[in-house]
Amino acid sequence: MGEIKLIEIKEEILSDNNQAGQELRDQMKSEKTFLLNLMSSPGAGKTSLILNTIKTLKNRLRIGVLEADIDSTIDAEKIALVGIPAVQIRTGGFCHLDAHMVKKGLEALSLKDLDLVIIENVGNLVCPAEFDTGAVKNVMILSVPEGEDKPLKYPLMFSICDVLIVNKIDYLGLSDFNMAALYENVRKLNSQMTILELSCKTGEGLNSWANWLDSQVHHFLEE
Amino acid sequence: MHELPIIERILNITLKHARDHRVTRIAAIKMQIGQLSDLEEEWIQHYFQYLSRGTLAEGARIEIEWRPIVMECSNCRVSFEADKKNMAGCHCPHCGGKDSRLLSGREYRIKEMEAE
Repeated sequence: MGEIKLIEIKEEILSDNNQAGQELRDQMKSEKTFLLNLMSSPGAGKTSLILNTIKTLKNRLRIGVLEADIDSTIDAEKIALVGIPAVQIRTGGFCHLDAHMVKKGLEALSLKDLDLVIIENVGNLVCPAEFDTGAVKNVMILSVPEGEDKPLKYPLMFSICDVLIVNKIDYLGLSDFNMAALYENVRKLNSQMTILELSCKTGEGLNSWANWLDSQVHHFLEE
Repeated sequence: MHELPIIERILNITLKHARDHRVTRIAAIKMQIGQLSDLEEEWIQHYFQYLSRGTLAEGARIEIEWRPIVMECSNCRVSFEADKKNMAGCHCPHCGGKDSRLLSGREYRIKEMEAE
């Protein structure tokens, strides 16, 4: 047995991905395409929100969609049906997207014809929070049936997102969901977070979301 | 599930340093990980053993120094530590404020290794 020596490493494990994310942000800036990362648990309404966003904004913005799924193409097919360019990234078992996967997926879209690309990340409140995708803004959805305690169970996701969309507010009358408690839980982690309440089913609140997104994209394009 | 790509990174980074320093065996890898990460120590060790088979790092011990979650009060700007198991009780110990933002607790750092 040789002598044991201590070797200093001091390396960040995710620095590769963080750097790739920053490079992608710079590239998208020069392409003038706004990249939005949409995250939530499965079934919270990511695809429904994207479809409704397209419906509301398609005359104002040129939109493309990157769909991530572990191993299916159902969501991308739904988006393509409404005449919007959509690319499916199959993560092959991975629970999240990283900047390299997003960059590869974007190569299949014609960015010069797009103002906004929405990434539908893998449905999961844990892993996607750890990996920079290169997006300008991170948005998450919490649906009413999931409960107001989720910020306490998934603090990282709520800490890193710019916007929280509370979806399925049409269920509020049927559940004991406590909206005031949700706001309190969110503010403990991320006091700057924008919270928007809406229902993809009834359409209530969708305009506020569309206006928020539209103004963000225009601000980005004019910068 | 994201343990695997992370552990692959840990392995590749330590093997690169092992080659640079011409060591013959890695005995331990010392890491600093933020408590906000959802990695479980038991699984890190388990996956690492699996991925490191046949390399200089086979059998290496992973030592984790868990770094605290540090919040900043949005009212008085004092920073304080939060307990991940009790985020509901998270509030500013100085002014009692309940609005805060994350300062640190997301570290994923390989600090050093013991090798021969």
